Amino acid sequence: MNYKTALEEQERNGPVSMVAKSEVPDTCSGEDYHEVKVENLNFYYGAKQALFDVNVRVKEKGVTALIGPSGCGKTTFLRVLNRMNDLIPGTRLDGRVYVHGEEIYAPSMDVVDLRKKVGMVFQQPNPFPKSIYDNVAYGPRIHGLKNRARLDEIVEKSLRGGALWEEVKDRLHEPALSLSGGQQQRLCIARVLAVQPKILLMDEPTSAIDPIATQRIEDLVRNLCEDYTIIIVTHNMQQAARISDHTGFFLQGEMIEWGETAAIFTNPQDKRTEDYITGRFG
Amino acid sequence: MKAEAVGKTSVARNRSIATGKGEWRGSELIGYWTLRLTLVLVLFILGVIVYDIISKGIGVINWEFLTQPPRMGMTEGGIFPAIVGTFYVTLVTIAFAVPLGVAAAIYLNEYAVQRRFTRLVRMSLRNLAGVPSIVFGLFGMAVFVKLFGFGPSLIAAGFTLGLLTLPVTVTASEEALRTVPRAYREGSFALGATLWQVVRTVVLPRAIPGILTGTILGLARAAGETAPILATGAAFFLPHLPDSIRSQFMALPYHLFIMATQHHAISQVRPIAYGTALVLLVLVCLLNLAAVLLRKRYRDRVARGL
Repeated sequence: MNYKTALEEQERNGPVSMVAKSEVPDTCSGEDYHEVKVENLNFYYGAKQALFDVNVRVKEKGVTALIGPSGCGKTTFLRVLNRMNDLIPGTRLDGRVYVHGEEIYAPSMDVVDLRKKVGMVFQQPNPFPKSIYDNVAYGPRIHGLKNRARLDEIVEKSLRGGALWEEVKDRLHEPALSLSGGQQQRLCIARVLAVQPKILLMDEPTSAIDPIATQRIEDLVRNLCEDYTIIIVTHNMQQAARISDHTGFFLQGEMIEWGETAAIFTNPQDKRTEDYITGRFG
Repeated sequence: MKAEAVGKTSVARNRSIATGKGEWRGSELIGYWTLRLTLVLVLFILGVIVYDIISKGIGVINWEFLTQPPRMGMTEGGIFPAIVGTFYVTLVTIAFAVPLGVAAAIYLNEYAVQRRFTRLVRMSLRNLAGVPSIVFGLFGMAVFVKLFGFGPSLIAAGFTLGLLTLPVTVTASEEALRTVPRAYREGSFALGATLWQVVRTVVLPRAIPGILTGTILGLARAAGETAPILATGAAFFLPHLPDSIRSQFMALPYHLFIMATQHHAISQVRPIAYGTALVLLVLVCLLNLAAVLLRKRYRDRVARGL
């Protein structure tokens, strides 16, 4: 409905809404290169449209948080970036999505390569029912690495990267499912790091985890963002405020506002953003 | 107030159902006892059959019965060739039906786009399960024995039994594949795995217990079938064991059929018939037991998270 009225408005007084549109994303003007660039993205589940004309630019490194009420499209948007939505029958999209300057929905794009570059951590920790070691080694192995010494090295480095090494170094061959929920989630992060991605997508990674474990993951995210570009979906506005450099606010499939986190939280430009972060709905 | 009272009575009723105690009213009482009696009746019938076979069959069971071929026009001796034949034909069935069934299930569940065609395939499979076994037997004779030129043989009979168990194998495998959580698949895909890698490294290891159980139950049924092997390779009597996959063979269910209905001295060989029935029964029970144990072993493994 918002989209429709916006369209009508655009038809009536075109120039005004054009101005409004150009106001939107460019988070780092002056720079040409963006790690992720999304242009006029529309996304559909069958006949139901889930994203409306989303435009986003994300620069290298740092944390970008996506906030908004349930069903606003932020997870759908996240899953567009590593083409995980391809797995859901009946979905389609138009618009352009670039990662590292490459158009990822172009026919020539290799999805396997894309997903190696753009790792993902899910809402529920989902380690495989294998040992801790085999979980981390899983990615390198499916990409063809067999050398044991090299695997050992990657496993250690990744587990250190996931801030889990000290806790598990003596029990690498125990089942991953014997770890606590928070540890499992850090294991999943380590598992992603093992394929050496550039971008990490996180879909509410702390929503199934207790507060203390959540804090550890937040610290980890802050550390990781020095080497990786992190895009994190979160339900928790305090979390977005704590850990992100940039924030995007989604509502009913539209990206309402995008900017530096401090600016969004202290001085939101849009009334709906203000209403949401002050807790008037959502 | 009123709502609360209603809630209370329904809680009380639920409790009386759950514990089997408390006040029972009219139709509930009748329903409960009808169901209970049905169960007792089923168990009673099963008990009678098992008792009948054991009591009349146990007398002939001895080492010689299990390890010797029949002698004196099958009025004496053992049933060793029939045991071996059933064992061999089951192996052929496994070799044929398991790879085919599992592969079909993987295709249907993981690869095929879910639409009219796959629904049609599933429906056909279900209907295949309802086809009488004698029809399978005649089909096997027409196709494997004649058209493919296998002749009456272990391979023709094994393939025929394989076709018979295919619906069970495919359905059980599909069920097992479907229970693998989506989170595992997504986790694997997100690391850049191809569909085949996802299936091989994440889905199959997790689905194997279910696949095995379903398959063994299907085999147990096949091992006891007579009609499909009647025209495809089972022999009335053979003095020697089958020496190749192209040989004819004796089989327990067919031997039992002969001893019970076709023998020239039926009343004289009645004990042998009962003994054969007992061996077949034990064999099928063993297969079922193997299924249970395998399932338990893998369940424990899953519980330990490996």
